[in-house]
Amino acid sequence: MAGSSWLPRWFFQLASPRWCYDITGKLLPGFFVAAILLVVAGVVWALAFAPPDYQQGNSFRIMYLHVPSAILAQSCYMLMAVAGAVGLIWKIKVADMVAYACAPIGASIAVMALATGAIWGKPTWGSWWVWDARLTSMLILLFLYMGVMALYAAMDNESMAAKAASVLSLVGLVNIPIIKYSVEWWNTLHQPATFTLTEKPAMPIEMWLPLLVMVIGFYCFFSVSLMLRLRNEIIRRERRSGWVRELIASK
Amino acid sequence: MAELCTNSAESSMRKLFSAVLKRDLLLSFRRKSDLVNPLIFFVMVATLFPLGVSPEPNFLAEVAPGVVWVAALLATLLSLDGIFRSDYEDGTLEQVILSPQPLMVVCLAKVIAHWMTTGLPLALMSPLLGVMLFLPATAMLGMVMSLLIGTLVLSLVGAIGAGLTVGLKRGGVLISLLVLPLYIPVLIFGSGAVQAAVAGLPLEGYLALLGAMLALGMVLAPFAISASVRISVSG
Repeated sequence: MAGSSWLPRWFFQLASPRWCYDITGKLLPGFFVAAILLVVAGVVWALAFAPPDYQQGNSFRIMYLHVPSAILAQSCYMLMAVAGAVGLIWKIKVADMVAYACAPIGASIAVMALATGAIWGKPTWGSWWVWDARLTSMLILLFLYMGVMALYAAMDNESMAAKAASVLSLVGLVNIPIIKYSVEWWNTLHQPATFTLTEKPAMPIEMWLPLLVMVIGFYCFFSVSLMLRLRNEIIRRERRSGWVRELIASK
Repeated sequence: MAELCTNSAESSMRKLFSAVLKRDLLLSFRRKSDLVNPLIFFVMVATLFPLGVSPEPNFLAEVAPGVVWVAALLATLLSLDGIFRSDYEDGTLEQVILSPQPLMVVCLAKVIAHWMTTGLPLALMSPLLGVMLFLPATAMLGMVMSLLIGTLVLSLVGAIGAGLTVGLKRGGVLISLLVLPLYIPVLIFGSGAVQAAVAGLPLEGYLALLGAMLALGMVLAPFAISASVRISVSG
């Protein structure tokens, strides 16, 4: 293989459902332990040891859930669209499965980001929801996830559903920056910027280090749930192949 | 359509485009009820707001830009399913895909035909709604302009959703789910243009942004539309 000089061998092997199942099986325990350690350490650090904010007191601590989930919801969409494009261009089945597995995870993380944002908004802004640029674009991201999931649910043919959903998520990917800027300009045109609290003041290091730990922990958690879903999906779609039958018979 | 598929080499893209455009326009003028239905829907939705919220002129004038735009958006959404439906059902779409001509050009021509039968009459009819909703007369031109540009973007983006759902029996609600989030920027700048026109502010900026979206949509949407049609037909 021409590319094997600069890409490790296992990278290509990921394209085969069987190898992907094996490799993710090996990676899973490591990520699982890392996710638990990082999230537990991050939560304890953030809730018990990080200094309270001078204006918001302790209510700002929900940031340690809100910010990682908001970041993750966006990266998950990007992964879904890129995996969809890979599946569409190189016809790699595993990439289709990754895209399929990403959609529900991303949607639930987007819901979490919105919910934690609402809970944070109540004490600081005085209302659960404001039509702020960031909130609105996050809500639209959730709608995009839901559209992709609805498309998957509506199509019985799996390969057709995968192609259709990748086209949709790619269109959404092109549209996300447009939505983001349109919403931002729309907001600043009609509302004065009263929400300066969303703009981070220069955070002291004791405050952003636990945040960093939480972000990495959330990524590990995402990898774990993605791999679990992906492995289920591989087994389900490859159920007629020999190695899955052997695997099931051996258990 | 038949001769269009067979004489391959010499028929240029322009010929193909105009042939598909003419055929689609002819087909929609043969079914006049389909042509009028979105317009009636447009007026009806706009009627619901004074009845449901408040008939007071000051209030209506304030919400008119948004109401007109939302009504136009919903009327376009309602008509989207028809872009590919009948061609899919009688097998024309399959023949088009098999023909050597680029599918993108055919799709673009169909979208333009769709816009000429929905978006264009909607935009031309919008001053009537403006009068019903007490929109100031100075804002009428801005409204028509923004609708003219914006509804073409709506048709282009909506055709992607129509292409994806044409193979499904129950595509109606699904297409709204897929397309509505993508419509939001157009709605924001479209109603923004009308609001600027109401306030007497310059609206070139809004129209320029709508035009930028139109340029982007004209270039990129045909790829996505033809890909989605291909997926639906071959799947």
